[in-house]
Parts: sequence; C-alpha cells; structure tokens
Amino acid sequence: MRRTLALLLLALPASAQDRRSGFEDMARETQAMQRDDMQNPGMLWVAEGEERFNRDCTSCHTEASMRGVAARYPAWDEATGAPIDLAGRISACVERHQRATPPARESQALLALTAYVAHQSRGLPISRPTDPRLAPALAQGRALYGERRGQLDLSCVQCHDDNAGRRLAGSVIPQAHPTGYPLYRLEWQGLGSLQRRLRGCMTGVRSEPFAYGAAEYVALEIFLNDRAAGMAIETPAVRP
Amino acid sequence: MARVLINVPRSAKRGDIITIRTLIQHTMETGYRPNAQGEVVPRDIIRRFTCSYDGAVIFSAELSPAIAANPFLSFTTVATRSGTVTMTWEGDNGFAQTETRPIEVT
Amino acid sequence: MIVPTRRLLLAAPALLLLPRQADATPEAMAEAVRGFTGGAPVTPGRVALDISPLVENGNTVPLSVIVESPMTEEDHVRAIAVFNERNPQPHVITAQLGPRAGRALLSTHIRLATSQTLLAVAALSDGSFWSDRAQVVVTLAACIEG
Repeated sequence: MRRTLALLLLALPASAQDRRSGFEDMARETQAMQRDDMQNPGMLWVAEGEERFNRDCTSCHTEASMRGVAARYPAWDEATGAPIDLAGRISACVERHQRATPPARESQALLALTAYVAHQSRGLPISRPTDPRLAPALAQGRALYGERRGQLDLSCVQCHDDNAGRRLAGSVIPQAHPTGYPLYRLEWQGLGSLQRRLRGCMTGVRSEPFAYGAAEYVALEIFLNDRAAGMAIETPAVRP
Repeated sequence: MARVLINVPRSAKRGDIITIRTLIQHTMETGYRPNAQGEVVPRDIIRRFTCSYDGAVIFSAELSPAIAANPFLSFTTVATRSGTVTMTWEGDNGFAQTETRPIEVT
Repeated sequence: MIVPTRRLLLAAPALLLLPRQADATPEAMAEAVRGFTGGAPVTPGRVALDISPLVENGNTVPLSVIVESPMTEEDHVRAIAVFNERNPQPHVITAQLGPRAGRALLSTHIRLATSQTLLAVAALSDGSFWSDRAQVVVTLAACIEG
C-alpha cells in the first residue's frame, strides 16, 4: 500500500510551472549574495578552478568547449561502461590522460574544477538524460528516490514532493532540484557537492549514507536531472 | 596563498567616489568550535585588513571571530590620481597576504 | 539580616560586568562599546545599521553601516564599530576611515550565534559618537549535518 502510494505520487509529472529552484525559497539577502559574483563565496572556488584548468587542462580543452558540458552530466562513460557524474569525469580525465593521482571526492581541487566547469554552463537548461544506456540508472535513481530508509523511515518523496513548500522547523522544504552544484552552503561555510547534500539527507533520516562516488548517487543525480530537465544551472549557487 | 576576489574600478574620474570590494578564502576558525573528537579547534582568523592608495591608508579594519568565513569587505574611496591600490590581510598563524590593483584616474 | 542582603543586591550588577568566558552579554557589549568610545556619551542617530531582521542562517549574514556625514577634512567619520550581545565575544568589527573615503560606508558578512541585538557606533571627527541598533531573529535550519 505504502509503495503503491509512492509510485502514484511519482507518476504525477511536475509541470514546468510548478517547479521552483531552491533559490526562490531563500531570503532576499541570500538571493542577493548568490546573484552578486563579488559577494558569492562560491566564486572563490570557481576562480581556483579556472587557474587549475588553465594550468592543467588546456592542452586538450578550451574554456569555450566547457560551455554546456555540465548540463549533460551524468553521462555514459565508455571506458567503464557505466554512468559517470561531472566530478567523476574530471577525476577520470586526470587519471587517464594526465596519468596523475586523481583528486579525492570533495577535495578542494576537485570541487574547484567541478565548480569552474559547471559555472561555464550557468544559465543553460539541464538536459534530460535521454541516452538509452542511462535508462537502467535512471530507473534505479527513481526507485531510490521513492524508497523509505533509515530509522525515520522516510523517502525523498515524502519531504521533497509531498511536503515541498511547507516548513520543517524554520526552513522551507525545497523541491530538491540539483540546479546549483557544487554550491556554497552557509551551513557548511564552504563549497560542497550534490553527493555531500545527499549524504546530509541520508544521515538526517538516520540511514547509513552510501560512500562518496557510489553508483547510487550517480543514479539519483540522473533521476533528479530528469525531474529538473529544462531548469537553469546556477553554479555556484548559495543556499542557507 | 589564499584565493582572493577584488573589485577595484580600472578607471575613474578624479573626485569620483569608487567602491572597493574584496572577498578572501579563509575559514575564520572562531576558536569556540569543537572538532569531532570534542577538542576545541584553535582560533585561526584574519585579524586586520588595510587598504592603501595614493600615499596613505584610506581604510583599515580589525576583525573578530564574528566575521563570516571567507571575509567580504566593501568600502569607498575618492579617486585622486592614477596609481596602485594595495590591500593587505594579516591574521593568526602568521597569515599575511598583499594584493595590488591598478587604477587609472583621468 | 537586611544589610548583607542589600550588599548582595548592590554587588549583583558588578558581577555581571565581569568578563565571562565564551558568552557575551548586554553588559559585555556595553563594556566593549565603552572601550571604543572611552566612556563618551553615544547618541542614537546619523547611523543606519542595515541587516535583515530575520536571518535564515547565522553563519553568513550581510550587514551594512552607513553614516550621514559630509566626509570633509573638518567633519567626517573616523571609525565605525559593530557590536553584538549574544555571540561569544561582543566585538564584530572596527573600521577606520576618513575624509578620503568620500562616504562613511562599510559592508561585510558576519556571524550570529543566535537572535540578538546588534549595535553600530560611529566615531565622528568632532569627538561625538552616534549609533543605531537592530534586532535580529536567527532561525535554525531543520536539516543540519553532524
């Protein structure tokens, strides 16, 4: 019964008008901080990423060629025969083509490069993941999104679909569209990835989070991008 | 070197009031926060910011742990003559960084 | 016994003035302000302290102070200081400026441990001190890590 209900809710397509970025739910002051590149602390990471990109990546890539890339990720990775997210792609690039030790997940270097590349797509719409090879991961992501977990026995759906727009304590529950990652979260006092955010949600419902880089996160991101397709990329977003 | 974003107008008319804005990457560790082991993380903050232009300090500030991580500062000055705007951040554990930006005054 | 009780009552405000570790108080803020003004009177006015009355995260709170002043050699703002009453320390920032600033303006991002009153004080070149205060409510996020 419970599962049927969850599936029914998932079957209701959220129309483009109904969808709102977490940006819309923030205080005016936090919105102003995101809009102003001189006040948005995330731009410090973008600047670092730019420097790293110009030093390490321009043998193959140009800044212009990075426009739109983030909008298409996660994508299919031929080498591993699996979906890969943007940070994973950058790590793989360092390992395969530069023959260097890939930067760790959530490291300053990887966050900076990912933020820089994603920033090149700011304002562009998130693409719907239409590659048929992504279909199994998309289905897995959809299932994970609807699955109750943890001691609180909550699924993503229960907060971010059923109760989005209502309040949990003082905060508005967002619709969970991944439009601005990596983003500067005031709570973190730093930049963080979507995987960090998902881990936060999982520990919040008292469940064991997947390890950084786990296929489950990539599957969830593919589903979230399908759900948010067409919404504009904001990287680096600011969130409370 | 800490990452810094600075906004100083490249050019201005003599007598114009210009806005200078700075953002610097720094944790501004308060000295009140416990780590995962329950030990208090020692204070590590930027304590002082100084901006010089056309032969004098035009703005300076003493910062406390109540200044947010990645400190942002915005202030104004009158454009007097072409030259260099020099900004210095100093803090705990020997933190010291100086950045300069040119300005053309006509 | 009446006398000891009265003594105790009289001693109470003095006790509150003692520096407390890791906890500012309205009294500690007043003491910090005295450190800035040297005990000179502070008059409300001329200063505009701009901060959101409702803050969704106390880690990074935009704050601006603007002081009405011609900012001339004869009549200008020498310094602007910001204080709080419920952070671990009452002092937030002190900025020195002068006629070359053109405007008496300071913007920054601050931390607020909890809901409280903030005070901005401006020191003018004629030796007078002016102030503005703001009440800020800090809401707590429901979903925090840790």
